[in-house]
Amino acid sequence: MGSEITSADLRVSIGSLNLKNPVMTASGTFGYAREFEPYVNLHRLGAVVVKGISIEPRAGNPPPRIVETSCGMLNAIGLENVGVERFISEKMISLQGINVPVIVNILGDTLEEYREIAKRLADVDGISGIEVNISCPNVKKGGVAFGTVPNMAAAVTAAVKESSSVPVIVKLSPNVTDITEIACAVEEGGADAVSLINTLIGMAIDHRSRRPQLANVIGGLSGPAIKPVALRMVYQVAQAVSIPVIGVGGIETAEDILEFMLAGATAVQIGTANFVNPRASEEAVEGLAHYVAEQKLGSIREIIGGLILP
Amino acid sequence: MSQFQEKTQITRIERLTENIVRITLDSPDIASIAKPGQFVMIRTGNGKDPLLRRPFSISQTSNSQHFQILFKVVGRGTSLLAHCREGEYLSVLGPLGNGFRINCKSRNCLVGGGMGIAPLLFLAKTMLRKCPNTPPLVVLGARNREELTSLVYDFAELGLSAHTATDDGSLGHHGLVTDVLKNLDLGTNCTSYVCGPHPMMAAVHLFCKDRNYGCQVSMETNMACGMGACLGCIVPVTKGGYGHACTDGPVFDAKELVWEVK
Repeated sequence: MGSEITSADLRVSIGSLNLKNPVMTASGTFGYAREFEPYVNLHRLGAVVVKGISIEPRAGNPPPRIVETSCGMLNAIGLENVGVERFISEKMISLQGINVPVIVNILGDTLEEYREIAKRLADVDGISGIEVNISCPNVKKGGVAFGTVPNMAAAVTAAVKESSSVPVIVKLSPNVTDITEIACAVEEGGADAVSLINTLIGMAIDHRSRRPQLANVIGGLSGPAIKPVALRMVYQVAQAVSIPVIGVGGIETAEDILEFMLAGATAVQIGTANFVNPRASEEAVEGLAHYVAEQKLGSIREIIGGLILP
Repeated sequence: MSQFQEKTQITRIERLTENIVRITLDSPDIASIAKPGQFVMIRTGNGKDPLLRRPFSISQTSNSQHFQILFKVVGRGTSLLAHCREGEYLSVLGPLGNGFRINCKSRNCLVGGGMGIAPLLFLAKTMLRKCPNTPPLVVLGARNREELTSLVYDFAELGLSAHTATDDGSLGHHGLVTDVLKNLDLGTNCTSYVCGPHPMMAAVHLFCKDRNYGCQVSMETNMACGMGACLGCIVPVTKGGYGHACTDGPVFDAKELVWEVK
C-alpha cells in the first residue's frame, strides 16, 4: 500500500471523541471485539461498539433466534449479555490495551437502570464513549418505549448524559412515524451524537409448518436489505439535527460508507457484514483511504453531507 | 486459537447420490490444524443473496493439504454449492468450535444419522491413529440404502465394519440406531460420539445415561457467524441459560444439555 494511502486523512470527530477514521463496528455484531482478532487488525478501526450491556445478566430469547431472509437476516437475540458487573471484571479487562476506542452500548428497562449502568461505567478505564440503546425490538418492555416517545427519549438521554464523563451516542429506532422527531428530542436531551438505524421489525413464516421462523415470532431485520431505508433516515436526520450522525444499516464496503457520508453521516457502523466477512470493517478503512488518495481529497470530511441534489 | 479466512480452491466435487454431495477443498492452513468435530463457515456465492455463510463439519482431512465437506442439498445455499465446479474458489472461515474429546481408555462407539455421519469419518480416522488398540464400533443410520451405501464404504476403507439401520429397511436393521445399539456388546465402560438429527441424539443420550456411558453430541443449529458474535446458535444447558454451539460446542457432553424428549 502506497504512502499516500496510509497518510490519507480519514479523521472524524464525534463530539469530543476523535477517531482515526469513520469506521466503527455495530453493537451485537462484533462480540467483545477480541473474537475478531484472528481476522482483523483492531487498531486500524475507528472504534468498536461492544455488545449491549444491562444491569443484570440476561439469558436472551429461546431458539431459533435468527433466520436468513432475502439479502438480510432477522434476529431476536433478546439482548443476551453478561451484565454490567461481569462486563467490567472480565470483558473490560480484556479490552483494556486494545488500542482502539471502545464504545459501550447500554440498555435498560427503566430510566433508573440506564442511569445506574452509566454511573457504574463512569469510573471504568478504557471506555471512550457510551451508546444508549433505546431501540431494541426484541424485548417485551422498556428499551423500545424510550425509542418511540420523544419526551422519554429525551429523558433517558439526559439521565445517561448526567452520569457520564464520555461522549453519549443515542441509537435510534427506525420503527417510528418520524425519526427526526426522536432525533431532535435526544439532541435536546444532551446527546453528543445519534446513531441510526437499529433493525427494522420484521417477521418470517414457514408456510409448511404454519409457524413463525423465530421463537420470538418477530425480530429485527438487518443486512443489505435495509440499506436504502437507513440511507433515507440518515439523510433526513442529518438535516434535522446539528450533532453528528452515525450511519448504520446494511453497510458492507467503502462505497456504502461514502453513500452514507454523502447523505450526512460523520461516521458509520458496520454490522451484519461482520458475520459474513469478519474483515469487512478493516477492508472498508482501506477502501476509504484509496478513495481519498484517488480523489485527491484533503480529508474524508470533505464529503460529509456533500450530496448533490437534482 | 488459530482461525483463517481464505479463498480455497475446489479440487473435487462428487455426487454420492442425486442430492448428497462431497466437496474437497485445497486448504493447508485449515487442514493441518483441524480436529474432528470442528466446522467451517462457507460462503455459497459472491452476492448478497443468500447473505450468510453456511456451517459444515469437516468430514475428512488428508495430508495436511485438503479437507472435505459432505452435505445434502436442502435449500438455496447448498444448491449453489452443489453446482460449483472444480477449480473454482470458495471463501472459507475455520476451523471453528471445539471438537470431540477422544477417550482411548474406554470402548468407543460412533453413532451417526444422515449427514451427521460426516464428522464421524474424520473422528474414526483420528481415533485409529490415537488409540490403535481399540478401534471404535460404528453405527450408522439413514433413510435408505442409497443414502448410506457410500458412507458405509468410507468406513470400510478404514477397516471399520459399520452396523447400519435404515428407516425403510433397505440396508441393515429396519428401524432406529438405538435398536442396533441395544444389541451390541458395549461393556461397562463406553463412550458414544454422536451426530445426527436431534431426536436421534436425544435417544442415544438416554440410552447412554441409563447405562452410565459417556456421550458426546455434535449440535447443529442456525448460525450467522460461527465465531461467537451473533449469539444465534444457542442450545439450552442444564446449568441454566444457553450454550453457544459455535464456541462452547458444537460438541457437547450430552449431560450438559437440556433434552426435550417428545
